[in-house]
Amino acid sequence: MATVRRFEHGSRVPGWDEAADLTKDPAVVPDPASTPVPEDLRYEIEAYVARYPDVRSASIPALFAVQRWHGWCSPTAIEQAACVMRLTPAYLTSVATFYDMLETEPKGEHDVYVCTNISCSLRGGDQVYEAMLSAGGDDPSFNIRSFECLGACDIAPMASVNGIYVGPLDEDDCRTIVEDLKAGRTPLDAKQIRHRPQATSLTAEGPPAVDRVDVASGPSASGNDTFGNKDM
Amino acid sequence: MTSVAAGQAGAQPDQIQILFHEIDRPGLASLDVYRDLGGYAMLKRALTEMTPEAVLAELQASGVRGRGGAGFAMGKKASFLPKGDMDKYLVCNADESEPGTFKDRELMQKTPHTLIEGLAISAYAVGANRAYIYIRGEYALQADVLEDALIEAKAAGYVGERIFGSDFSLELWVHRGAGAYICGEETALLDSLEGKRGNPRLKPPFPAINGLYGGPTLINNVETLMNAPHILKMGGAEFAKIGTETSTGTKVVSVSGCVRRPGNYEVVLGTPSRHIIEGLAGGAPEGRSIKAWFPGGSSAPVLPGTDEMLDLPYDFDSLAKAGSMLGSGAIIVIDDSIPIVDVALKTAKFYRHESCGKCTPCREGTNWTVKMLERVETGEATPMDLDIMASVCEQMMGNCLCVLADAMAMPIGSMIKHFREEFEAHIEAARERNGLGIAMPDTVNRGAHAGPEDLLGEPAYAGAAEAH
Ligand SMILES: Cc1cc2nc3c(=O)[nH]c(=O)nc-3n(C[C@H](O)[C@H](O)[C@H](O)COP(=O)(O)O)c2cc1C
Ligand code: SF4
Ligand code: FES
Repeated sequence: MATVRRFEHGSRVPGWDEAADLTKDPAVVPDPASTPVPEDLRYEIEAYVARYPDVRSASIPALFAVQRWHGWCSPTAIEQAACVMRLTPAYLTSVATFYDMLETEPKGEHDVYVCTNISCSLRGGDQVYEAMLSAGGDDPSFNIRSFECLGACDIAPMASVNGIYVGPLDEDDCRTIVEDLKAGRTPLDAKQIRHRPQATSLTAEGPPAVDRVDVASGPSASGNDTFGNKDM
Repeated sequence: MTSVAAGQAGAQPDQIQILFHEIDRPGLASLDVYRDLGGYAMLKRALTEMTPEAVLAELQASGVRGRGGAGFAMGKKASFLPKGDMDKYLVCNADESEPGTFKDRELMQKTPHTLIEGLAISAYAVGANRAYIYIRGEYALQADVLEDALIEAKAAGYVGERIFGSDFSLELWVHRGAGAYICGEETALLDSLEGKRGNPRLKPPFPAINGLYGGPTLINNVETLMNAPHILKMGGAEFAKIGTETSTGTKVVSVSGCVRRPGNYEVVLGTPSRHIIEGLAGGAPEGRSIKAWFPGGSSAPVLPGTDEMLDLPYDFDSLAKAGSMLGSGAIIVIDDSIPIVDVALKTAKFYRHESCGKCTPCREGTNWTVKMLERVETGEATPMDLDIMASVCEQMMGNCLCVLADAMAMPIGSMIKHFREEFEAHIEAARERNGLGIAMPDTVNRGAHAGPEDLLGEPAYAGAAEAH
């Protein structure tokens, strides 16, 4: 599970005895004169803003843009987005903290989301997550997270590697993915989702008849006939 | 059933392919190939030969029901939008985060122009001039494909000012989400699209009256909108003849979990569930049998894998009558090697993580259900916890702003209902592993103890064990 960050006492909010810093003034809409924003970044955000009747609608696209630029939604990144959009940093922070894909703490450059939701777990997703951690967990350039259903349970167990869906995965694949990323290659090309044909075309004999049938044993053409360890 | 072929002996209901027709044709995602197959002809007919009212009438006649979860008739929902000159919006729900669901992904990736055409036709029918496709942020490939298709469609004049020389203009953008299941809920989606945290809104007012930026808004799922060009082509009345009387058309069903051939299969609504699970998807792996299945994504109550349940026609009403729902049309199969407690815990953890936290029963109920299920796993629970869990589920249902709370309560409640014996055996086995001894319900004195700690502590247990 991608876990919600909680304080030691288990809650999502700071404890009653942790006072807010009252000596600091609340941050206002950043002043363009004292908030340098890279030219390209500003153009990109302004293009997003133009798509909507209300500037705030561009919050998510703008936060993605600064995250791509700075590596994460750092205070500087949020301030730059706020400056272009004429919003307070607090507003954008409230948005950034809501969504799983916007990260408000430094992260590795390679995003590896391993799905550990139901359908993937039924086919060994939790083991794949462990294997991914042992393959690349020590490398600070990797951001390996367990994730909720990524909408590709047909290739379960699967992962999203820098946005590219790959599966079905086994432990060897995890090592290959880590090596591919380190070498700057596109990850596990053969198992990327863009190659996957319609499911009915995956069996040579076509769909079996309507009544209960004995489907020929042995791996199907889809290659995901094997089951991982089923302990969830 | 007044279906065409569904359910009748010898029929091949999956041979009718509407949305998956030619789906793997090379280049279908490009405008040229799509147009060669007759693409955008229906948009042209709608804009040049039909009034918006006539298009709306065809959509209503088709009886097509929403493919996103609730199954509300699309034409009817569209007819709720007020007439007049105000700004109206159309939003396509491409958030697809319901565990087990992956149909929109394949459809958008392979035939993005069908979605754009369906959107434009529907927008014309309700008089919306601005439309957004809200796609989950994880679907990077599909969003790129859609954006490329959109550029082509804009260049060809199918989206933009005065399409086909008519008075109708449409501005359309792809909007990427950033990872939050709750943004699939229609009002949370609107808040997210307005650039806020994705919290659901109080209903009514419904989006059809007061939606995006306060304007009348039609929200439909990807698959629902993709049916629009086909409805115009066939005619609404003809479309309504496919499937059953109240569940018309075909459905792309995502089958996953313990089956041999997971994947998307397009079937006529009303096809026996067994045909989908065992015929198309190949059934449970060698030597195993189906213990339970989610008929409509992880939010649907599970059904046991009995012959009676597997023979249910796969349509909205038959599944509702059996105590579950068609939902997003995603079947997750669980075989007999999987402990049901593990599935329950996974499910509950997902909803705890995704609860937006606005309503107390949902925020607390999901959290405590997870805690109780963890106690079942670790061997600290007693069968009384099952009763508490069932009552928590009961109290969550219908008491919150949105149905995410129900979406956890229904599957968990149904698992306890259908598999109570397995839960109890699991509890006893785990207690034994922990050296705690049995915990029969009659040793639990509910009135005498304030909390579960006491009941589980050494003295209570020691006495209980001696009494047996
Ligand atoms: C918690 C929750 C999550 C939902 N997620 C989705 C989703 O991912 N995709 C979707 O199309 N509908 C989803 N829905 C259903 C929508 O609220 C809405 O009913 C649907 O988009 C309407 O479109 P339709 O009538 O075409 O089905 C969700 C509902 C809830 C309560
Ligand atoms: S039911 Fe849950 S997810 Fe829905 S609004 Fe309430 S707290 Fe949020
Ligand atoms: S459960 Fe892993 S992609 Fe759906």
